[in-house]
Amino acid sequence: MRLRAAILFALLLWTKVAVAQGGGQLRFCLRSDPKTFDPALVDDDASERIRYMTGGFLLRVNRLTQDLEPALATSWKLSKDGRTISFQLREGIYFSDGTPFTAADVAYTMQRLMDPAMHSPTGDAFRSGDGKLLTQTIGTSKISITFPVPVASLDSKFDQVAIVSAKSPKKEMAVLGPFYVADYKAGAYLQLNRNPNYWKRDEQGRSLPYLDSIRLDIQQNRDAEMLRFLRGEIDLIDTVDAEYFNRAQTEQAGSAHDAGVSLDPEQLWFNQTAKSPIPDYKRTWFRSTNFRVAIWQALNRDDMARLVFRGRAHAAVGMLSPADKFWFNASLRTRPYDPQGALKLLAKDGFQQRNGQLFDHDGHLVEFSLATAAGSKARERMAAMMQEDLSKIGIKLNIVALDFPSLIERITRTFDYEACLLGLTNMTLGPDAQMNVWLSSADNHQWNPSQKQPETAWEAEIDRLMKAQASNLDAKKRKVAFDRVQQIAWEQAPFIYLVNRDALSAVSTKLRNVQPAVIQPYVYWNIDQISRTAESAAK
Amino acid sequence: MKWLRNISIAMLGTVFLASLFAGTLAPAPYAKQFRDEPDAPPTRQHWLGTDDLGRDRYSRVLHGTRISLLLAPAAAFLAALLAGALGGLAGYLGGWTERCLMATADLVLSLPWLFLLLAVRALMPLNVAPMESVMITFLILGCLGWAAGARVVCAGASAMRDSDFALQAQALGCSQVRLLWRHMAPNLRPLLLAQFWISVPVFILAEANLGILGLGVSEPLPSWGSLLREMEGLTAVSGKPWVLVPLLLLMVSVTAFQVLLTEQETLA
Repeated sequence: MRLRAAILFALLLWTKVAVAQGGGQLRFCLRSDPKTFDPALVDDDASERIRYMTGGFLLRVNRLTQDLEPALATSWKLSKDGRTISFQLREGIYFSDGTPFTAADVAYTMQRLMDPAMHSPTGDAFRSGDGKLLTQTIGTSKISITFPVPVASLDSKFDQVAIVSAKSPKKEMAVLGPFYVADYKAGAYLQLNRNPNYWKRDEQGRSLPYLDSIRLDIQQNRDAEMLRFLRGEIDLIDTVDAEYFNRAQTEQAGSAHDAGVSLDPEQLWFNQTAKSPIPDYKRTWFRSTNFRVAIWQALNRDDMARLVFRGRAHAAVGMLSPADKFWFNASLRTRPYDPQGALKLLAKDGFQQRNGQLFDHDGHLVEFSLATAAGSKARERMAAMMQEDLSKIGIKLNIVALDFPSLIERITRTFDYEACLLGLTNMTLGPDAQMNVWLSSADNHQWNPSQKQPETAWEAEIDRLMKAQASNLDAKKRKVAFDRVQQIAWEQAPFIYLVNRDALSAVSTKLRNVQPAVIQPYVYWNIDQISRTAESAAK
Repeated sequence: MKWLRNISIAMLGTVFLASLFAGTLAPAPYAKQFRDEPDAPPTRQHWLGTDDLGRDRYSRVLHGTRISLLLAPAAAFLAALLAGALGGLAGYLGGWTERCLMATADLVLSLPWLFLLLAVRALMPLNVAPMESVMITFLILGCLGWAAGARVVCAGASAMRDSDFALQAQALGCSQVRLLWRHMAPNLRPLLLAQFWISVPVFILAEANLGILGLGVSEPLPSWGSLLREMEGLTAVSGKPWVLVPLLLLMVSVTAFQVLLTEQETLA
């Protein structure tokens, strides 16, 4: 009897461990081949995802709480001048190939990132002025890094810096993250295996990650990806379109997750560039704040969210999504759908409605074209809805779907377009990633790029505020400045923000510890803690 | 196989007439969005249901058929006309003219037409009304579709140039223009007709392909291409057989054209 009880107890214990740990393989799809495995050169979505799962980072942004948390560094300290950051590193940690991790690796990684010859996109985020980077190691577990000029949000930028070994013969293939790249067949699949030297442990002291391996199939076709998910051949889809989301919800109860409004906006803007080959009277319309705000008011964005995104999107408030908990200016409100209000605003600029058509004060019929990328069903649908909404106030909208290279050529080089509708994917929080859009001198200042001097007073004010927040190290003062930028952007409407898509994902019910977030990666941001149920792991 | 020909004519005639009277037969304007009834199944008000934006699918099919069925033959006519003129001239004059024109035809044939279409479309002005955009699309199709036909016509004209009747006409003092227009053109007509019939389904499918890529007829105008595009994706068709109607119409029309083409070739 005692023996039977002991066996039963052991069995129960084993089952509990098995349920918690799982082991086994996780399978999902990448939409393209990664361009590089070198974390310093990552510039595409697939490579970023591999870096996320294989890289070891000093600090990490918790995708759920949006807080910066220690990882390979146990603590860090910023100098008052904002140029120097010091890290205390964990000791006794090894790369996947057994090479010890020391402060020299951090120094090597940073020097490599900041080397102009590397052209590292990650390094660009730290590069706010000319001069050399200084690194000073103290023993093997302390390092201080000094930048030539102050860098705003310096610590949070380390969320993108995967440490590479200075000494390993495997170079960047030796990693500190939960998995390492074990096999890769271009165009077919990529296999990541569990890193036996991964430093992190769970609350019970067990080694992480729980999973033995991850198989990533290269699959561009989203239909095929969803079919494979519904058949149980893959375990998750990190980003799901609204129409597929509903299908996953219907066919596999509990597998579809809507984490709420994401960081990603859909937006339109008018071409205000002086050198663009559009008629002057149209440029005058586009440069009028009343005209832009009227267009914003005349669009029924709730209908767009309901029809185009099947209710899985929300009318956007402004340049930042409410999903960015800290930086979003909560005093801003969503502009309501108000065609009559739009007509009143237009009347202030001398626009008049005659026989259901709108004319400007010189008698020109208000008609313009809206360019968008061909192939995006959602954007074409949005454009069709805008066409109907604007026709209600007498504006004629012509929709032009262009292949993507032609569209980019027009909006960045020839400026031969009138209005453009595009979506953005925001990978980071706060104003840092917005600098190259909102500074009037920036190339990505889409409505009127590369200005030598700000052409309007409000653009000059945004320039001043963006530069002020970038050089300020006090987060609260930065927030005040950036709140004002958001306010100006809302009032002046150089971008008309339409909707913010929801963060939609599909996850097999056989996975444990999945907590979908609104910052990418939505599902596997805690990949080292995700496990399979015992039954599915055994299979 | 006369019965097959008659059935084909009847089918094409019905589809053609229905599309011609689309304005009368359609219960709602093709662009009208019934936003409270998106993606609805067939009802009394909407015989083929509504699309994602609540637009009446039956009205859109009728108007889309009109655009594809009227403009594809127009583009085919233009292509056949160009093929007749250039191919006929090349075949009749021979020598350097023939070599130059046929080299141009070979060049056009060797270009990937889809990319050529994309490039030409990208160079066109942006601010054009939907109806103008559809005309441009088919005009481009017509202007690019002459090369294959020109080769066939050139071969035919070349053979005719050395034929007995042409020599006799020349011997009787017939001018070159008269010879070309009165004697050779009627003999080339079966070839041109065959080229026309071959081009019609090709252009219908080309527009559909462009539509599937989102580069065909622009919103809110419907065409078979844009209607077929609605079938894209897993969720689009499952449980909604009525959305397959444009596909059915395309298959029926292209098959009917092919049947008539075969008959035409037999007659020629």
